[in-house]
Amino acid sequence: MEHYNMSLNLKVWRQNNSRDKGYFEDYKVDGISSEMSFLEMFDVLNERLITEGKEPIAFDHDCREGICGMCSMYINGKPHGPWKSNTVCQLHMRAYKDGDTIVVEPWRANAFPVIKDLMVDRSAFDRIVQAGGYISVNTGNAVDGNSMPIEKDKADASFAAAMCIGCGACVAACKNSSAMLFLSAKVAHLALLPQGEPERKKRVVSMVAQMDKEGFGACTNTGACEATCPKDISLSNIARLNQEYLIASLTADK
Amino acid sequence: MGLTGIFLITFLIVHMGINACMWAAVYFPDDHGEMFNKAANFMGSMVLIRIIEVGLFLFIFLHIIQGYMLTVYNRSKRAVGYAVDYGSKGSKWYSRSMGLLGTLILLFLIIHWLHFWIPSRFTGVEEVEYSGVKMHNMFALMQTTFQQLWVVILYVLGCISLGYHLAHGFQSAFKTLGVHNKRYQIMLSGLGYGFSIVVPFVFAMMPISMYLGWVK
Ligand code: HEM
Ligand code: SF4
Ligand code: FES
Repeated sequence: MEHYNMSLNLKVWRQNNSRDKGYFEDYKVDGISSEMSFLEMFDVLNERLITEGKEPIAFDHDCREGICGMCSMYINGKPHGPWKSNTVCQLHMRAYKDGDTIVVEPWRANAFPVIKDLMVDRSAFDRIVQAGGYISVNTGNAVDGNSMPIEKDKADASFAAAMCIGCGACVAACKNSSAMLFLSAKVAHLALLPQGEPERKKRVVSMVAQMDKEGFGACTNTGACEATCPKDISLSNIARLNQEYLIASLTADK
Repeated sequence: MGLTGIFLITFLIVHMGINACMWAAVYFPDDHGEMFNKAANFMGSMVLIRIIEVGLFLFIFLHIIQGYMLTVYNRSKRAVGYAVDYGSKGSKWYSRSMGLLGTLILLFLIIHWLHFWIPSRFTGVEEVEYSGVKMHNMFALMQTTFQQLWVVILYVLGCISLGYHLAHGFQSAFKTLGVHNKRYQIMLSGLGYGFSIVVPFVFAMMPISMYLGWVK
């Protein structure tokens, strides 16, 4: 692809803290290379703000290679920007052309309060995982992988669900601010494997309870989450979660 | 929502079947609604149907209350909205408008009850006699009701709302109940779209064919 430089008009959400009302600020950035990533464009802007003695824009990021789930920007009406199956850190400026206007907002959901600017508090997800998204039974020493036969289909489906990086884009895209795609991925990847079996019922019941407590909305199967998920987590995991939950809540010991 | 929805869907099938008897008048010139009236009367006089009717009202009521509670609950979960809307990426407008579509159906239902159910049950309907048995002439009531163009338009709009409500609701109900098998999901979504086109279409044809005088 041909390399080019561009000037862009940014409209970025600025907010001092969770109690602040917040506002949009306009920035003009010049000399942005088409080979930069979206976050590198923000780095360039922040360097400039620092030299001008202004407050840089706070945004979350860590791995910058699409695996940690920290980056979280709602760009021109879509979490993680215009590319399909992609995180913001992997979005490159060649997606834009000279003179474009880009509106950047934080994830919006009561369960994800803004900490500062584009940074939101996603610890609600951690608490959902803490409520049961793990295996606590003793498994002893590492055994030979082939000693536990698992059907290929199930292993694949479990792996696909385990791809979820917990970024929260699904919540940000959902009109109900529902966390069901995230939760369904966390429940499904364990429910499909023999290792997840011992705590299967307890897990789903307590994770759903924690999700409701955190203030996420209820799923109405619209499909917006699946379309924005950087890891292509399938909507059918939600139906699987519903099945797991129905059976568990009817038959769990407590 | 899923359970009550599926119950209402089964009700629609029965309701459509009974009402479709009105078209007997097209094939048998001297029927004049006899088959329809008998079918309606048969439904109305069975004790079992009366019991199911109580359940039906309960389910409609539950479905509506649950629907509004869900809509309000979900709306309350994003206090600060976006400047640029997410729009229709990955979802259909009717999937996102179930509360609105439900409200339109409810408005239609109220008028629909005032037209048929209230007279049939409480305020009385003109009677006809078939081989010595007296019964409500619901057919005649439909004929007079559907002489007014605005009523026909309203019913057609009601049916369109129902169609879109079902286009999302049918599939969604099964997902809520946990059907995740790929083959069934494909089958159910096909069935759902078929159902939500055919059933409202058949219903909509009833007032239309009465208004245009195809059925006498
Ligand atoms: C335009 C097409 C429709 C026509 C012509 C029609 C006609 C009728 C008639 C004649 C009755 C009275 C039957 C009786 O009690 O003897 C009735 C009852 C009823 N209809 Fe419809 N209907 C239509 C569409 C619908 C739709 C879409 C719904 C939505 C769910 C619906 C819900 C009901 C209910 C709840 C009753 C009361 C049933 C009962 O007796 O418990 N109808 N309809
Ligand atoms: S399901 Fe997808 S969008 Fe949601 S948290 Fe996981 S990776 Fe992110
Ligand atoms: S920074 Fe880790 S996924 Fe984007």
